[in-house]
Amino acid sequence: MGTGYNTIAFYQDKCDGCGDCVPACSKHHTGATDPAHSRIKVAKDAEQQSFGIALCRQCGQPQCVMNCPSGALSKDLSTGIVKWDKDKCVNCQLCTLACPYGGVTYNGKTDQVMKCNFCDGDPACVKACPRGALELKQVASIFNAWGDLEDLVVPGLSACLGCNSEMLLRHTLRRIGSNVVVATPPGCIAGVGSVGFNAKTGLKTPVFHPLLTNTAAMLAGARRYYKRIGRDVTMLAMAGDGGTADVGFQSLSGAAERGEQMIYICVDNEGYMNTGVQRSSTTPYGAWTSTTPVGSVLRGKTRDAKPMPLLMVMHNCEYVATASTAFMEDYYGKLGKAIEAAKKGMAYIHVFSPCPTGWRFPTGKLIEVAKKAVQTNIVPLWEYEYKEGRIRFTHPVDNPLPVQAYLSLIGKYKHLDDKQIAFIQEQTNRKIGVLKNFV
Amino acid sequence: MHHTKYLIIGSSHAGLAALDAIRLQDKEGSLTLVTQESCLPYSPTILPYVLSGQAQPDKVFLRDQQSLDGLSVAFKPGAKVVAVDEKSRQVTLQSGEKIEYEKLLLATGAAPKRPPVEGLEAVPHHVLRTLEDALNLRSGIRKDGTAVVLGAGLIGLHAAENLAKGGMKVVVVEALSQVLPGYFDEEASRMIHRAFSDNGVKILLNEKVSRARRTEGNTTLTLATGESLSAGLLVVAAGVQPRVEVLEGSGVEVDQGILVDERMRTNVSGIWAAGDVAQARGFFESSKILNATLPNAVEQGRIAGMDMVDDPALKEYPGAVGMNTYKFFGHRAFSVGMIRAEEGCEVEKLVVPESFKYQKLVFKEDQLVGASGINSDLDPGIMVQLIRRKAYLGDMKARFCASPVDISRVMMTSIWR
Repeated sequence: MGTGYNTIAFYQDKCDGCGDCVPACSKHHTGATDPAHSRIKVAKDAEQQSFGIALCRQCGQPQCVMNCPSGALSKDLSTGIVKWDKDKCVNCQLCTLACPYGGVTYNGKTDQVMKCNFCDGDPACVKACPRGALELKQVASIFNAWGDLEDLVVPGLSACLGCNSEMLLRHTLRRIGSNVVVATPPGCIAGVGSVGFNAKTGLKTPVFHPLLTNTAAMLAGARRYYKRIGRDVTMLAMAGDGGTADVGFQSLSGAAERGEQMIYICVDNEGYMNTGVQRSSTTPYGAWTSTTPVGSVLRGKTRDAKPMPLLMVMHNCEYVATASTAFMEDYYGKLGKAIEAAKKGMAYIHVFSPCPTGWRFPTGKLIEVAKKAVQTNIVPLWEYEYKEGRIRFTHPVDNPLPVQAYLSLIGKYKHLDDKQIAFIQEQTNRKIGVLKNFV
Repeated sequence: MHHTKYLIIGSSHAGLAALDAIRLQDKEGSLTLVTQESCLPYSPTILPYVLSGQAQPDKVFLRDQQSLDGLSVAFKPGAKVVAVDEKSRQVTLQSGEKIEYEKLLLATGAAPKRPPVEGLEAVPHHVLRTLEDALNLRSGIRKDGTAVVLGAGLIGLHAAENLAKGGMKVVVVEALSQVLPGYFDEEASRMIHRAFSDNGVKILLNEKVSRARRTEGNTTLTLATGESLSAGLLVVAAGVQPRVEVLEGSGVEVDQGILVDERMRTNVSGIWAAGDVAQARGFFESSKILNATLPNAVEQGRIAGMDMVDDPALKEYPGAVGMNTYKFFGHRAFSVGMIRAEEGCEVEKLVVPESFKYQKLVFKEDQLVGASGINSDLDPGIMVQLIRRKAYLGDMKARFCASPVDISRVMMTSIWR
């Protein structure tokens, strides 16, 4: 695989057109704040109050480079920056024709083209933006760190369109590696194809399909067997919320209490999504499912979700964490700790896993839903290490969005009335308060 | 016999774009790049700047040997291909050497056209297509000398400007009624024409040279009107034609250029063509057209390379949109898409004579179909995208016309960022 690079992200909805980035850019490059020298341009549609920016994207296959006849533009493969060499440039302007983003612009004061050079890795525009509309994205570091590792999942899977599970499965195994035995009980992870088709498994690692009730017990036995023959093999469960919090809870609880050595990942899509969208004990209050319908009497589920991650903390697990695929760096870090913890005892990770099919939202909105859940504090990201004995927020949200920003994205909540939304807000605040007691 | 999985003939933009596309998918497959040039790859577009002295001839190369080695490319300069045999999948070089290929890309480019002028072959004249041409022409510049340039296209005007800057007295002869007819309408062309007049370059429009002969160390040209012009230096810049000679006797279909489909495939299996030599669908035209420009060569080359290596991300060629940029006497111009309004088109024009500014937008129904400008602040690349994406303007059109720079940048941010 190639190399991933940092980028500057622009959030159009956060930009109010203040233009503070423009003088900051000029100042960095020329020492003066003359906007003529700014590599970033803010554009306004006054009538719609919407804004845009023209700025170099430091493309992976930059069209400006491909279209430069003088070799003045080049992609630096170590930093990712598209560099412009003033001495080689003949000022033909073809780069301005090639760039789809207005990323190379003409500077009338110098009679030359100019473009962003990322301020040597610490862009001035990002620091100057008062509303967080510009953000330096460093997620590519995950790609660089783990991109060359083997994808341990076969190419074809039968997940629903937009499914979170496939991404989760591929990333998890990439990080954990092939020295593993995977248990995927009945549920979406098995359903998307991990256990395979036509007598062939869907993973390139050993994988088995326990009963819904005995995942943790079987892994405990497998771990003990490998230890007896002198091999240190990681045991990994990837189970749904039904297989974890409902049907499989007794074996998980027992294994945790005995300190069995494994990584147990609960892929929580808040219900039985592959069997017809029935409620589970992690389905949240107010959610529609086929067994908590919306009618003249019932308005979705009447009880709130079982607090699985906290229950696992109370089991004296070595390591407990919550995670989300919208925050991959965070998840990779937690997997690293879980691998170590599972040499001593139980490591439990509870991954929030939105489901376009069962929750009724467009397939393209998966990451947005996952992100909003964190930004509203519906899904706080935290971890617990036994030796520290306390909870640590890994992505603290100081100014959470109102829960409606999350709920309104999802069909299973569309029936909620103001009273129910207020209740969910109140419960969200309460649960964050409870968690903070463990910090 | 040298055997190669991928053989690319021609090492300018189309060939290099194909090479990159192939190497993105296939790091190991043997790849041979041949060119009749004796040096590293360079762009013909750089030549006016070699002529002007802005670009140093030893620093114009688009790749060095190290980067070609890094991509495991067998680079063969000074190798002119003289025959292609599609049945045995072999090409023959002038040296007699044969290369066996699995997949062949013809990116042989174009050669200068010679207009039908009696006696032209017998008189010394320059063209501007290779590095050698540029250096020859550069060494022909004589302060206070005289020069005639045939053709007021981009190459002709670039040559004329640089000869004039070198102190020569220059006359340009153009057969059509305006300069740069392929890129600008009459009004914009008149402005460009004026910039040349103001800098002492005379441009004769609607004039044809019927005869050329050598007299007393000068070249004398007889115009169709009967008048004559005499100059020490003659530059022929009457356009280019695809280099297709090599395909004589092969089964590859050629019209004006090599006919290709939306994946740059010729009619012969295993042979692709891209760049100035190819004749492919137009964006606005239903017929296949030539489009000898750098951006088009890059795009066609990339598509050909992706198809040669079965890249699943390939999107078919949407057709050539005419486009270019042009710098002259301190001014900058660009042109994309339709220049003149067809029936049913609307035009939004802005002319500011005192700042030598000109801007023209052509709309068809609710879409932008053309944009051109002189000293305009529009982002040419964003105009290209709006046209090719057929971006729907709808009720934004009035705002777009009122402040096109801002609105087009906001649209870019919303649609394809």
